[in-house]
Amino acid sequence: MAKKPRVKVPSSAKKGEVIQIKTLAPHKMETGRRKSKGKLVPRMIINKFVAKFNGKEVFSTDMHPAISANPYFSFYTKVSESGTFEFSWTDDKGKTVKASRKITVK
Amino acid sequence: MKFNIWGKISIVLSCAAMMMVAHSAVAEMKKKSELERRMADPRNSKYTVGDKKSGYVYMTTMTRDMQDDDFSNPAFVWVDIGKRNWSKVDGKAGKSCASCHKDASSMKGVMAKYPVYDKKLKKMVALQAKINMHRKEKMGAKPWKWESDDMNGMAAFIGLQSRGMPMNVSISGPAKKFYDKGKAFYYERRGLLDMACKHCHIDNAEKMARSNLLSWGMPNGFPTFRLKWQKIGSLHRRFAGCNKQIRAKPFKRGSPEYTNLELYLKHRANGLPVETPSVRN
Repeated sequence: MAKKPRVKVPSSAKKGEVIQIKTLAPHKMETGRRKSKGKLVPRMIINKFVAKFNGKEVFSTDMHPAISANPYFSFYTKVSESGTFEFSWTDDKGKTVKASRKITVK
Repeated sequence: MKFNIWGKISIVLSCAAMMMVAHSAVAEMKKKSELERRMADPRNSKYTVGDKKSGYVYMTTMTRDMQDDDFSNPAFVWVDIGKRNWSKVDGKAGKSCASCHKDASSMKGVMAKYPVYDKKLKKMVALQAKINMHRKEKMGAKPWKWESDDMNGMAAFIGLQSRGMPMNVSISGPAKKFYDKGKAFYYERRGLLDMACKHCHIDNAEKMARSNLLSWGMPNGFPTFRLKWQKIGSLHRRFAGCNKQIRAKPFKRGSPEYTNLELYLKHRANGLPVETPSVRN
């Protein structure tokens, strides 16, 4: 069974509150430097992570080799309206894994 | 003049000797403080029962933080797999785990008492083997491979239900024979390095093996997320790794040898809390 990314977003927040978002994407993150049976294993990592809120980018990062497997990112953001967080992870093969969470602002 | 030169040399020598003594004393202090610092963590009290200490006690602060927070603990990626598989219908019988066992909370205490004696097979059965027996007999499904994501996920998910409960493995009755076999394995020298399990985990426990602090080898946190593996792994994988390091030929996962050893180790850990899924280095 495929592994799914883990995301933690509070379900509700006050207007203007700074919230913490935690993300963990399961990925083996091959560096491209490891050898298996004498041959180099090609590089295969997640190279881009983007978090959007209602279509607007709030956090993004470029990743390079030497980041451990199952990269974990947590960041803070301010929310002023209810909406949806969208997360996407893109790997070297161009495959994108997405996740989304809703938040209600009182 | 001659006397003066010898005098100077002796002064230099004695200074050097004093510096060496001072240097080794500093190194000794550093070494001590590493073990002592990890021992001083207040969280240890939960993971120490009598003279038994879980592997948690020997981890660095960062590794403990990772385990204590269910979100940052990467093993929960596999727990999620187990959770989804629990209610997924598979096999000819059209059943899932949930069809018979209902809610997963019915698995409470299971991890604490395995491996158990099976009357039909007349041998010890580890949790993974039991899962596959049920998949084959009750569900008519294909058995999972021992080290697959599905199997490790299910074992971790079932183990999670008994987290915090004290280990309570029984060796009474027919299990005693297998316990003795497991114990013999633990004390038996093997491999090119001619070492037994006990040489590291009893004789040299709490000492450094290169940069690693040797633990007592308690199995209460398996399946564990190991930072070296960068994924979750079973106890039998750990056995195989240990055997390879002493240059012995490892046994197969789920072999009677490893299952007996698991019984010995788990009985040895009786009283310690189940930590599944733990994080280890």
